[in-house]
Amino acid sequence: MPRSSLLNSTLSLGLLLLIWQLTASTINSPVLPSPILVFNNLLNAIQNGELPRHLGITLYRLTISFFLAMFLGVAIGLILGRHKKLNLFFDSWLIILLNVPALVTIILCYIWFGLVETAAIVAVVINKLPNVIVTIREGARNLDTQLLEMASAYRFGRSSTLFHVILPQLYPYIMASARTGLALIWKIILVVEMLGRSDGMGFQIHLFFQLFDITSILAYTISFIIIIQLIEVAILKPLDQRSQRWK
Amino acid sequence: MSQLIVDIKKKSFSTGADGQELTVLKNISFELSNTEFVCLIGPSGCGKTTLLNIIAGLDDDFDGAISINSGHHATPPSYVFQSPRLLPWRTVLENIQLAINDHDSLPLITHILQQLGLSDNLHSYPNHLSLGMQRRVSLARAFCTPSNLLLMDEPFVSLDQAIARKARELLLSLWREQPRNILFVTHDLDEAYTLADRILFLSNAPTCIIDDIKITLPRAERSENQVSAFKEQLRTNHPALQAFL
Repeated sequence: MPRSSLLNSTLSLGLLLLIWQLTASTINSPVLPSPILVFNNLLNAIQNGELPRHLGITLYRLTISFFLAMFLGVAIGLILGRHKKLNLFFDSWLIILLNVPALVTIILCYIWFGLVETAAIVAVVINKLPNVIVTIREGARNLDTQLLEMASAYRFGRSSTLFHVILPQLYPYIMASARTGLALIWKIILVVEMLGRSDGMGFQIHLFFQLFDITSILAYTISFIIIIQLIEVAILKPLDQRSQRWK
Repeated sequence: MSQLIVDIKKKSFSTGADGQELTVLKNISFELSNTEFVCLIGPSGCGKTTLLNIIAGLDDDFDGAISINSGHHATPPSYVFQSPRLLPWRTVLENIQLAINDHDSLPLITHILQQLGLSDNLHSYPNHLSLGMQRRVSLARAFCTPSNLLLMDEPFVSLDQAIARKARELLLSLWREQPRNILFVTHDLDEAYTLADRILFLSNAPTCIIDDIKITLPRAERSENQVSAFKEQLRTNHPALQAFL
């Protein structure tokens, strides 16, 4: 199967490239550069070190804010899912957080904390956090009470219960929010960088927009897509498979 | 010397929003000592599982007291539930090790698994085993814990006759080898008669103990004829137990 799926995705991506090339050569305008131009630009940007530097900084921000948001989100979601009264009390907070526009939180963070790294990361975490909480809370509500009873009858203790009984049940919910979270954080982090940082992918793309350099914008975008695919193939898929052994 | 003393004055649940109380257990007191095998028998829905949960410490919302005396160190009772309740994402060995909180007892675990015919399944995941095997794993888990009290909640209820008989024999042989007090809930008088030293008969809710009958006949001699003789004897001497026959 992996072979045919590889073939499949190669063919499908090839078709996309072909359409792009044909459209670009038909229009023949600087607004849509051809794939070859974009590819050359990409190689250039990698060679002169500009792209790796900015991509690295963005990835660093992404990693920190992703893990912070996931850790806090799992903890808070678990608590809210297990305690009905707390959940009822804080439900409205969650709805407010979910609905404040990303741009507003970003601007407020910059105003309150200044144009610093912390403000950028806090802004991303606040945008991502409510989604994780909501997903994990759903999972925590559906925990198997029979297994929890068994764990308490055999005196598993708090940490054993958490790691061997609760987290394995939350695993699908954690993976789901990791996937959607990664996509969401990418999108937000660029806006954060555009508004208040002087490095990173968002800053660069804003710069290219002002210079009307569409080739570079597309080259940077492609480097992104490749990174996302790598994370999916090298980290998320193997994690999924490892956790499915018992099924 | 190990001992269990149960003295429950009252256990009730509140039903619905109007705060009405439904009394499930009332004045239940009995003792187990000297590695006794006691069967609890009662109509379905009479609160047998509630009683076991109270003894296991899963439910402390009741009037009364439970005392478990196990000599030098206090270990909680082990519990075999109606369904196996194994962690599907952990192997057989890991499931048992987690329950006994001790990773040095591999020889004991392998010995007990071997007795139960599971020596090849140490590293299997529960979902890859049949239901009968999963039940045996949950039995192994209970016997691997160094507890002096074993609670069993209709553990053989959905097995067919032949397999259930086999399971009962396995249980008795494990118990002889690793003696401990057993409190075994069932609704089947034949099963209770083949297993128990003593049978406690429970009433409908609010549940109390109607009768406490000792069985002195050695287990090896408890044939089917003896079961009917036992029932006949109950019929004449204990008219209150009519519903169980």
